Amino acid sequence: MRKIIGLLLLGIVAWGIAVSLTRIPFGAPKTKVGRYYVDKGVPETGATNIVTSVVLNYRGFDTLGEVTVLFIATIGLGAVLTTGRRKKSERKIEPASLILYTGCRFLFPLILLFGTYIFIHGHLTPGGGFQGGAIIASAFVLIYLGCRGRRISELGSKLAESLGGLIFVIVGLVGLAVGGYFLINFLPKGIPNSLFSAGIIPIIYIAIGFKVGSELSSIIDKLVEETE
Amino acid sequence: MSFLNNYIYYIGAFGLIFIGLYIILVKRNLIKVIIGLSILDTGVNLFLISIGYVKRGTAPIFSRPGIEAARMVDPVPQALVLTAIVIGVAVLALALSLAIRLYQHYGTLNLRKIKEQRW
Repeated sequence: MRKIIGLLLLGIVAWGIAVSLTRIPFGAPKTKVGRYYVDKGVPETGATNIVTSVVLNYRGFDTLGEVTVLFIATIGLGAVLTTGRRKKSERKIEPASLILYTGCRFLFPLILLFGTYIFIHGHLTPGGGFQGGAIIASAFVLIYLGCRGRRISELGSKLAESLGGLIFVIVGLVGLAVGGYFLINFLPKGIPNSLFSAGIIPIIYIAIGFKVGSELSSIIDKLVEETE
Repeated sequence: MSFLNNYIYYIGAFGLIFIGLYIILVKRNLIKVIIGLSILDTGVNLFLISIGYVKRGTAPIFSRPGIEAARMVDPVPQALVLTAIVIGVAVLALALSLAIRLYQHYGTLNLRKIKEQRW
């Protein structure tokens, strides 16, 4: 009964969406604002990756809101998982084999390096703070899976998270003081396609990389702690 | 056939969205509902990306000289999805942590049984 009602409702919704979607042609340029960003993005922001200039320059305030959503989700996870009375169950953790242990410890710095490369070059190549942060968190997943019993330092992850958020807001406020509005690109734009270009964009993306990396790692840390 | 050719990304994206919605509507296990939410999230992301696609377009990155701007895809949906993916992961983790707490409190993940129980 429930299935039939569900399917019926979905069918009605699907019909409505199909009718409206036939008016939206696939593969045609649709928004004028996207065209504007592609045409004017490089001279206006100095970043050759237009997606990055949209995320951090044209819609930088929006990104600050999204980073806040991520922060609140992490805080909520911590609040939900640490309120319960924790029983000190000293479960015996079986140590990983030598090959697994050595392989994880060998790969860990390389993955960290790759993640750092991704978020430092966010304004030049595909990538940026969010992606680089996710890669860094994947390095910590590897450590948690392979080298059982090793933990990240809670203080370090909190410090990186807070510093990342703080740098983002401070750069925005300096822009407010210098140029008149929040997150204005007050640094010189430099030559496009070089590492030191695009003004404040690399600074903010490095901050976001630290923030996302530490937040996702602390999520993994709390979930692992819960299972033990 | 040209219909399929033109709309295959929309069909795929909404296929994922409807699979996710169906799971949320019908299934009673909380973990399955969370899996449905995740599939729904993926479908929405795919739909946004396919809206921004331009026929034979390239990525909106001026990585080398000689790339003309006229053939680039729309960067705005990509910028939206970029952050939405990471937020989706965090929200998924939050939902799973709530599921862990619910299981510890009620001893079951069945939503109907949880509704019947009293605190």
